[in-house]
Amino acid sequence: MKFVDYYKILGIDKTANDKDIKKAYRKLARKYHPDLNPDNKEAEKKFKEINEANEVLSNPENRKKYDTYGKDWKHSDAFEKAKQQQQSQQRSRSYSATGGSYSEQDFSDFFESMFGGSRSYSKQRSRQFKGQDFNAELHLNLKDVYQSHKQVLTVNGTKIRLTIPAGIADGQIIKIKGKGGKGVNGGPNGDLYIKFNIKNTTKFKRDGNNLYTSVALDLYTALLGGEITVDTFKGKVKLKIAPETTQGTKVKLKGKGFPVYKKEGVFGDLIITYTIKMPTKLSKNEIELFKELQKIRSNG
Amino acid sequence: MDKPDLILIETICFHYKIEISFIKDLENIGLIKLVTFENNKFIHQDKISDLEKMIRLHHELNVNIEGIDVVFNLLQQQLKLKEEVNALKNKLQFYKNN
Repeated sequence: MKFVDYYKILGIDKTANDKDIKKAYRKLARKYHPDLNPDNKEAEKKFKEINEANEVLSNPENRKKYDTYGKDWKHSDAFEKAKQQQQSQQRSRSYSATGGSYSEQDFSDFFESMFGGSRSYSKQRSRQFKGQDFNAELHLNLKDVYQSHKQVLTVNGTKIRLTIPAGIADGQIIKIKGKGGKGVNGGPNGDLYIKFNIKNTTKFKRDGNNLYTSVALDLYTALLGGEITVDTFKGKVKLKIAPETTQGTKVKLKGKGFPVYKKEGVFGDLIITYTIKMPTKLSKNEIELFKELQKIRSNG
Repeated sequence: MDKPDLILIETICFHYKIEISFIKDLENIGLIKLVTFENNKFIHQDKISDLEKMIRLHHELNVNIEGIDVVFNLLQQQLKLKEEVNALKNKLQFYKNN
């Protein structure tokens, strides 16, 4: 457990009076409040730290205790005093199973060791706090998000039934209200934020609601036109190829793209780029005929 | 008439220990929409989460009504920008893969 300097956290001097503490706390709270920093874990951590510092320093009794033992807690005498004092206050919890060795512990442990447990301390105050927001990641394939589907997630031991709307984007975050940590002192529960990581292993590239793919045409179909069958995300469709179609020609299949998020029955487009496949391993006869064609072209 | 999605503002004020004038001020500035039915004012339950946020900003950070309006506008802009960044990242990935 490392020593936590509450004065440093609030950016105030040890001689600061109640007004200075309140002012410093308010200023930092305005900066790091979770409502003003959605999805910002760093700000959330900082907000907890400044709240903890304020809880201690704004209470004269606790501030005195902190000022007396906090600084030298690592050095046994003063610390033992603090420990004995806390034991005499009939703390229900022992420090640790290792008989009071204070090794790798975190910020809240420091708070609890000095002030007898944040939970019991909080009970003395009627202030309510929203529970912690949870963040989770969900990995899906592109095919999974083509249609809305239900999925059951287990977050911190709680099963949550979730409907994932079709067309959700890679990296998109959705909020599930009240499924985060439990609120403190009857405060509201935190929220659950789920980030979607969508892996695309299909031959289609996705950009927003549109899908892109390329289709190879043989030389003769490209030159003379014809009909081909192409794959879309939903299945196969027949397409007419115009005569003299050139390399890189794009066609748009309206409504054959990806579903638009939360707009049922609305789809983006599928954009197909044609590539021309040149014939190889020509027979003698084919070479002759191509030469003939070449002559016609150069004379014509 | 049954109104399962609407919550009476007096209930809200009792639950969150706030003055009714606070709710009315929020309505006047356009931050919340109230529904009037048989001389009673209600708020839609979908808007409770926003209202809770406004109450927290007001009580925990001493932000006044105009300040809350500014904060909400900025948060909306932030959300819009985040979505834009996300869309651009996906677009960039698309061109990187090509």
